[in-house]
Amino acid sequence: MTPVNIVAAAENPLLPALYDIIWSAVCLLIVFLVVWKYVLPAFNRTLDERAARIQGGIEKAEKVQAEADQALAEYQKQLADGRAEAARLRAEAQEEGAQIIADMKAQAHTEADRIIASAQNQIEAERQTAMVQLRSEVGTLATDLASRIVGESLTDDQRSANVVDRFISDLESNSSAQPVKGA
Amino acid sequence: MGTLNAANTMINAAEGGFHAPSMSEFFPAPFLFEGTPFEMNRVMLIRLIATVAVVLVLAVWAKRMKLVPGRFQSSMELAMEFVTVGIAEDTMGKERAKKFMPLIVAIFFGILFWNVTKLIPFLNMPGTGVIGLPLVITLAVYVTYHWAGIAQKGLGRYLKDALILPGVPPAMHILLIPIEFITKFVTQPFTLAIRLFANMMVGHLLLVLCFSATSFFLFDASNGFQFFSILTFAGGMFVFLLEMLVVVLQAYIFALLACVYINSAVSEEH
Repeated sequence: MTPVNIVAAAENPLLPALYDIIWSAVCLLIVFLVVWKYVLPAFNRTLDERAARIQGGIEKAEKVQAEADQALAEYQKQLADGRAEAARLRAEAQEEGAQIIADMKAQAHTEADRIIASAQNQIEAERQTAMVQLRSEVGTLATDLASRIVGESLTDDQRSANVVDRFISDLESNSSAQPVKGA
Repeated sequence: MGTLNAANTMINAAEGGFHAPSMSEFFPAPFLFEGTPFEMNRVMLIRLIATVAVVLVLAVWAKRMKLVPGRFQSSMELAMEFVTVGIAEDTMGKERAKKFMPLIVAIFFGILFWNVTKLIPFLNMPGTGVIGLPLVITLAVYVTYHWAGIAQKGLGRYLKDALILPGVPPAMHILLIPIEFITKFVTQPFTLAIRLFANMMVGHLLLVLCFSATSFFLFDASNGFQFFSILTFAGGMFVFLLEMLVVVLQAYIFALLACVYINSAVSEEH
């Protein structure tokens, strides 16, 4: 029986023998079941996990990027603020410096004026002292001289004082108009 | 054919010593369960070996799958994505492909391994070189696409979509409906099975022819003919390289056409 079957099958390769169909079905079924139940689920699970991981990585990178951008903007703002602050301080310092110089100049002027004034006062005072001294000495000298010349004593105080005073006043009125002649 | 005739002439001239390829190679004597439906012969054993190999490769790959792939996993993923994306999703669209993915993947990798045994030393025989396996795979695709079409649209609308071309004058339907019927229900599955089967069978015969002729010229032919062994061996090498391509190509074509048929059965537009 079997040899006949084989010969028949061998003569027409398009007609399958029963064992051929059965073993083919067994093989296909095994491969199909393994792929369906085991291989494809594992493959899809791995791809999904990987996609999730990559997605997570991308999101994290985006977050970090955003943070970095924000930090950069903040730094730049701080930098700009710092520059503005520095410029303001510099302007202020310049202004202050100018102010100080002006103040110092004014102070120096005042001081100079004060020194000049005090010098003038001192000169005036010394002149007064010198004048008073001069007046008394000139009076004495003059009376001495006059008493020597006239021969009479002019020691009477009241009188001599009058004479000296008159003399001085003459002297003063003359000295303001013209240099003293008789002194 | 010319080659075959030449080879036959050679046989006559040299009187034996030449092992001409014949169909009987595809139907070797059974060695197990003889006379039962589970009769086991060399070709069936080769199918089983290839089946075990593909299951092992896929299972080991799936078992050791990691988030960060190594070389083996990467190359397997590349192959798998070629099937899932390059064949199934590009033809049917992502959503629809999901449902039929196990069948398409099993078809591609199964056929690839059942084919490739023809190039492996000591096996030297395609598991798909006997009509049973191409027929069974085709039957699986055939049942799937009709079943999917009917499940989606109902029998009446499915047949209407499948058989009646829109925008054709009514009189033409007398001609077109039988043509469409034969195309959808006979020609499509038939060519699907025959294409794979014939490619594998003929490729095997060519290889056997080339290499047995080489052996004949080298060892059995008279001295003057030994030069021809170089030619036949070169021809054999060429066929071998060609078969490496065909082995992959047929798996690809089968899976792709399965997708195309399924897609045209379930798509709403004709």
